[in-house]
Amino acid sequence: MLGTYLPIMLLILVSLAFGLGSVVFSSLIGQKKFSKVKMAPYECGCEPIGTARERFPIKFYLIAMLFILFDIEAVFLYPWAILYKKLGVFGLVEMGLFVVILFVGYIYVWKKGALEWE
Amino acid sequence: MDISSVFFALVTVVAIVSALMVVTCKNPINSALSLVLTFFCLATYYAMLNAPFMAAVQIIVYAGAIMVLIVFTIMLLNIRVDANKKGSHQVALGSVMGIVTLLLTGLILTRGKVSQPVGGITSDMINKLGHTELIGKVMFTDFLLPFEVTSILLLVAIVGAVILAKRKLS
Repeated sequence: MLGTYLPIMLLILVSLAFGLGSVVFSSLIGQKKFSKVKMAPYECGCEPIGTARERFPIKFYLIAMLFILFDIEAVFLYPWAILYKKLGVFGLVEMGLFVVILFVGYIYVWKKGALEWE
Repeated sequence: MDISSVFFALVTVVAIVSALMVVTCKNPINSALSLVLTFFCLATYYAMLNAPFMAAVQIIVYAGAIMVLIVFTIMLLNIRVDANKKGSHQVALGSVMGIVTLLLTGLILTRGKVSQPVGGITSDMINKLGHTELIGKVMFTDFLLPFEVTSILLLVAIVGAVILAKRKLS
């Protein structure tokens, strides 16, 4: 039973090994020469102005929130897609209603200008 | 001990250590990343319980979307400044909640029947028909109304998010 998940486990292991390996080996093999300029915070070559720990604008949060909601909609599409042929027209109408209700939400978001980046 | 028991023990160790790191890390971003690891362990449990669809949803929705929201919340609140303050009443309340939850879990495990499988669906059925198909079949026939109501729930959440976040601009 666990055998079916072997490729996924391998993928996770390889990505873990790559992530950890890059950090560990670069700190082991790489040169360590610290100077004041090197340790200063890097800001596109400009002199840093103020702290980097500013509060984030709320628009990022709005995008994340909308992402979750439409992500959940996408999750509901998976079982429907698998059963599409068995459910037939009934399933199509059912999912159509579901998607249309969320499409109303999408139009609301669009018309309110929540997708604009001002 | 067979291989799946060893694997289960290994995943449990990772789950407990990462869950402890969520509450002990000083930096909230480190806590959030530990929580991602805990979610992956939970997904592994779902996969071991013959529920691959739940495992995928756990990773897509929780480790993906909800974690993005939590990380944004940490960035928005800027809680780095008062992270070192210790609220003693919070610790006391947390301890009480923890003990109550532990007692309840113990009660359920010893007295309850939650740990036994309930209903007509067996592991053989899941292996033969597929977990996603079984969920879909029940969701699109027996639980048709709750499924459609979910879309209205999501619509309300969309409208609420836009109203809350866009209030200052208009």
